[in-house]
Amino acid sequence: MNDYNIREMIDNKKGRRSTMFIEKMVPIILLVITSVSVLTTIGILVTLLSETVMFFTRVSPIEFLTSTEWSAFSSDPEWGIFALIMGTLKITVIAVAFAVPIGLGAAIYLSEYASDRVRRIIKPILEILAGIPTVVYGFFALTFVTPLIRGIWPEVNLFNAISPGLVVGVMIIPMIASLSEDAMSSVPNSMREGALGLGSTRLETVFKVVLPAAVSGIMASIVLAVSRAIGETMIVSIAAGSTPNASLNIMESLQTMTGFIVQVASGDATYGSDVYFSLYAVGMTLFVFTLLMNVIAQWFSRKFREEY
Amino acid sequence: MELINKNEIGKKLSGRLLLNKSMKYIFLLCTLVGLVVLATLLIDTIIDGWSYLTTDFFTNFSSSRPENAGIKGALIGTLWLMATTAPIAIILSVGTALYLEEYAPKNKITDFIKINISNLAGVPSVVFGLLGLTLFVRMAGLGNSVLAAALTMSLMILPVIVVASQEAIRSVPSSIREASIGMGATKWQTITRVILPASLPGIITGIILSLSRAIGETAPLVVIGIPTILLFTPTGVFDTFSALPMQIFSWVKMPNPEFQSITAAAILVLLFILFLMNSVAIYIRNKYSKRF
Repeated sequence: MNDYNIREMIDNKKGRRSTMFIEKMVPIILLVITSVSVLTTIGILVTLLSETVMFFTRVSPIEFLTSTEWSAFSSDPEWGIFALIMGTLKITVIAVAFAVPIGLGAAIYLSEYASDRVRRIIKPILEILAGIPTVVYGFFALTFVTPLIRGIWPEVNLFNAISPGLVVGVMIIPMIASLSEDAMSSVPNSMREGALGLGSTRLETVFKVVLPAAVSGIMASIVLAVSRAIGETMIVSIAAGSTPNASLNIMESLQTMTGFIVQVASGDATYGSDVYFSLYAVGMTLFVFTLLMNVIAQWFSRKFREEY
Repeated sequence: MELINKNEIGKKLSGRLLLNKSMKYIFLLCTLVGLVVLATLLIDTIIDGWSYLTTDFFTNFSSSRPENAGIKGALIGTLWLMATTAPIAIILSVGTALYLEEYAPKNKITDFIKINISNLAGVPSVVFGLLGLTLFVRMAGLGNSVLAAALTMSLMILPVIVVASQEAIRSVPSSIREASIGMGATKWQTITRVILPASLPGIITGIILSLSRAIGETAPLVVIGIPTILLFTPTGVFDTFSALPMQIFSWVKMPNPEFQSITAAAILVLLFILFLMNSVAIYIRNKYSKRF
């Protein structure tokens, strides 16, 4: 028998070059892979910025910011981003006005009233609702919700803000419901018991104790939902139309920032034309809006985490 | 004098209890809204599209005549897209998650990477489309190929898989990790033989769920310029292709009412694929997830 001892065996193994090489290389390879996510952000910023600068060498930034008309395809084009922002705002306001009460109501029910069994049934259904592709929601808005609204209210156009607004609302309900429910569930039970013990009803406990305690988590969920509604693309390109305007009328056709990007991309904007570069100026505006929302949401949820 | 006025409280109490009870039902109604919409959407689509789900529908290419139109090109294109997106996304995001959880030093740069990933998750998909159009389609010269779309999709779903994988890796208790190190295993051996196997169900669930998001994603494909009517199927990753959501988007815009029915049929196929993927994810989560 060979007289190996354990010390030698370990040294033998340790000395093997390939093992040590792998150990040294792995962190470097993984770091390179990780840098892809940072490069993506840089890529987005550089692409949007450089092409937006190109756009502003052709169109004055003052017109972009102050004009209220957007007519990229006319022979005498106007480039007032405000018209597209108004479109996005109309959709977002309708969506949020519809989704926040319902999403919060659902969150309160799930966190404060529902039994474990009910929660186990309803949460997956909300997950399914969140997983439905937005192009399907767009079809639903155009072929089901719009005719329904026009049946009740005939002066509404085929393309309008109400139907896609409501459907975007449906799309963000699961997000508000599940994130707010998480926030409410993490309010310590002792606080609830304190309120109930002093004679509050369950409803009073919800409004006077649980909601105030969870408010920053709830705000974070709402702001994230707003960001999703602003960035939502397919529902609005299918059901909202393609006529940018800065009016407050929600019964007529409109265009959002995302809707414009899709319209240009699915048509043929010649590479290097004004319309082509406007794609990036609109994309940049959209990016700034959603980034702002995400930063606000992160601020809220950090605040919430500090509290508990 | 009594400390509390029983009459006063008694008078108010019935109102308070009534409000409590009625609000409970209002909250329940709110919860049911989602359920009702989901049911309406499914039933409406099934009524519209069920009768169009024939064999021809699966074997025909898209056509301007609704009676001849099928989803062969779109369906195979979607499969190509997923098969190409999956490996790219998996390598990128599991690698990132491993680095962040196992190797990253606690410093400002790591914090920055983490904040960056959570911000990336909030970027609208249409902006990823613009990135893909500039970077992959034009600068890299990939054109509107399967690879260009897959790279774009991979970057888009990266944050979701990273976060899911991080959670799965974090849930492996340190006792197992220490046992492995204590037995003389190196760090990489511990990762490949102990940590990854233990966190695999969580990682796979995250991957399937984000792929099912990518499968229905339309906006980046539109921006990249994927054709909607294509009379051949791709034979490699450098070929151009069409995809199911693109097909749905182009049919939705057709004025002919018969197109509404074949759109519904295509949606049913898409939803069925999503349902299948989600079921597999839930099955894996329930069957293989170990509680330590």
